[in-house]
Amino acid sequence: MTDSMSPNASDEKPGVPGFPSWPAVYLFVVGVFVLIVAFLSILPLIAR
Amino acid sequence: MRPLDYLVLVASMLGIAAYGVWRSRNRATLEGYVSGQKDVGWGTIGLSVMATQASAVTFLSTPGQGFESGMGFVQNYFGLPFALIIVAAIFLPLYRSSGVFTAYEYLGKRFDGKTRLLGASLFLLQRGFASGITIYAPAIVLSTVMGWDLDLTILGTGILTIIYTAVGGNDAVNITQKYQMAVIFVGMVTAFVILFLKLPAEVSAGDALALAAGFDKLNAVVYSTDINQRYTIWSGVFGGIFLSLSYFGTDQSQVQRYLSGTSVRESRLGLMFNAVMKIPMQFFILLLGVMLFVFYQFAPAPVFFDHSTWERHVNAEGGAYLRTYEAAYAEKMDAKRAAIRSWLDARSRNDAAATERKLNDIRTAHAAAQNVRAEAKAALVQRDPAVKTKDSDYVFITFILEQLPVGLVGLLIAVIFAAALSSLSAEMSALGTTTSIDIYHHVINPKSSDQQSLLVSKIATAGWGVVGILFALFANVVENLVEAINILGSLFYGTILGLFLVAFFLRGVRGNAVFWGAVIAQAGVLICYANLSIGYLWYNLIGCGGCVLLSVIIQSFIRPSKPTRFSPTTS
Repeated sequence: MTDSMSPNASDEKPGVPGFPSWPAVYLFVVGVFVLIVAFLSILPLIAR
Repeated sequence: MRPLDYLVLVASMLGIAAYGVWRSRNRATLEGYVSGQKDVGWGTIGLSVMATQASAVTFLSTPGQGFESGMGFVQNYFGLPFALIIVAAIFLPLYRSSGVFTAYEYLGKRFDGKTRLLGASLFLLQRGFASGITIYAPAIVLSTVMGWDLDLTILGTGILTIIYTAVGGNDAVNITQKYQMAVIFVGMVTAFVILFLKLPAEVSAGDALALAAGFDKLNAVVYSTDINQRYTIWSGVFGGIFLSLSYFGTDQSQVQRYLSGTSVRESRLGLMFNAVMKIPMQFFILLLGVMLFVFYQFAPAPVFFDHSTWERHVNAEGGAYLRTYEAAYAEKMDAKRAAIRSWLDARSRNDAAATERKLNDIRTAHAAAQNVRAEAKAALVQRDPAVKTKDSDYVFITFILEQLPVGLVGLLIAVIFAAALSSLSAEMSALGTTTSIDIYHHVINPKSSDQQSLLVSKIATAGWGVVGILFALFANVVENLVEAINILGSLFYGTILGLFLVAFFLRGVRGNAVFWGAVIAQAGVLICYANLSIGYLWYNLIGCGGCVLLSVIIQSFIRPSKPTRFSPTTS
């Protein structure tokens, strides 16, 4: 059976150390986004 | 370009294509051809999704955008991480669990055949034309700058892509995209390093950034709620989610990329790789443009960056007076350079008041130089009203040709070709797959064998490549082609997204309701387009909102039908 037919395919764990579930991965992505926006917001001030 | 540059360019492009064909040989089944061996890991998926989105225009126009307007354009990508999370969490598992080859096949399973056909047709119409611009846009810039024949450039790009995509299918696209992205990364990083090395010795990286900040080029995030502002964090996040969801969630050229993963996990990680890396990548490309701006504050800058067009007019009868603009611009730039040196001196002395005063002097000198540039462009238009005065697309290519050493020029031209080939091959593969699966196998010959569908898929892939080439060859008859294609996309994208949002989230709506809802919404979009003069991006919202609302309203008038065997939440 390929995973495309597996009933639990979408429940697969991320398998990334430190990330026990997919919501944790998504939260990390949002966190990185917030950090990037914060960095870009203060970039002109840092540069001067 | 020198012979070594041509060697680097031809060897890298042909070598990658040949390797892709060799690695993807023996794809003897339809599934192997359109989905690959399903042995693709998250790294390849991540690069493949990135390569499909980043066309040659990204590497020609985006540095020019940074040069001209600064970093604000990066906000356009602020909705992308959120859209990719939605695609990874909701769209992807539904596509995978339903075992589809194309996104439109899912519409058929969820609704009915006619809705599937409608979604596939809207995609083919829009993406078929867009593939022409994918070939045409870099060809017109490169042929102008390099003196190459435009038709031969279009034919060379198109035919090479047709060969490896039609022969190797989805796996060839995945494999070549990985190496094409490697060429792009190496080339762009090299250009960035050389750009910094070419700055005057007394100008540090900190000075360069401070100078860019002084010109407001580093203002990347705008919190204004003024809707007339072109790029703000709000339009970037909310408009960006909508656009990215349409593109990554329903456009087969992207859906096919992440459906080729070994598992849902690999596909999800590939999408999350893009969710994290895309904004930094665009930031980096825009920063390259901003640093080009700094570079040309010290190096001699042309008054008009489209050198070929400028020289053609200068050398034409009665065009010699245009040289006066060159001299005037050089004079104003000298004055600005002197102001910048004074500013650097004040900055090195940590004299804050003098630094601010000198910065104002630089801005005044900059405005004077910009006035001369504007006058030069106006003079060009006076001579030829059809001339395109937006020369920012030529800034990066001018730097490549005039400043990079032999060999690296070939590498950077290879970057532009790699980007063109990677997005074009994904488009052609998606168009061929959709034609074979959703049109031929679904409508024309439902009893077709696997071998027949495979053959049709290969022919359709090559056929759409030929359509793209023909469109590119005759593209110059259409005025402002890029905008025309963007308008065309906006006219259809909204309705397609509406179809999928109803499919995923409104379980009570059935095929007839969504089909007629989509048809009426699409007609409404076209009527609005013919009668209103609103910004074309709004048609995405009108199409999507109209399709969803009308589907619900129509369904409420239709007697509830028997539940379909297929549930959108089938797992």
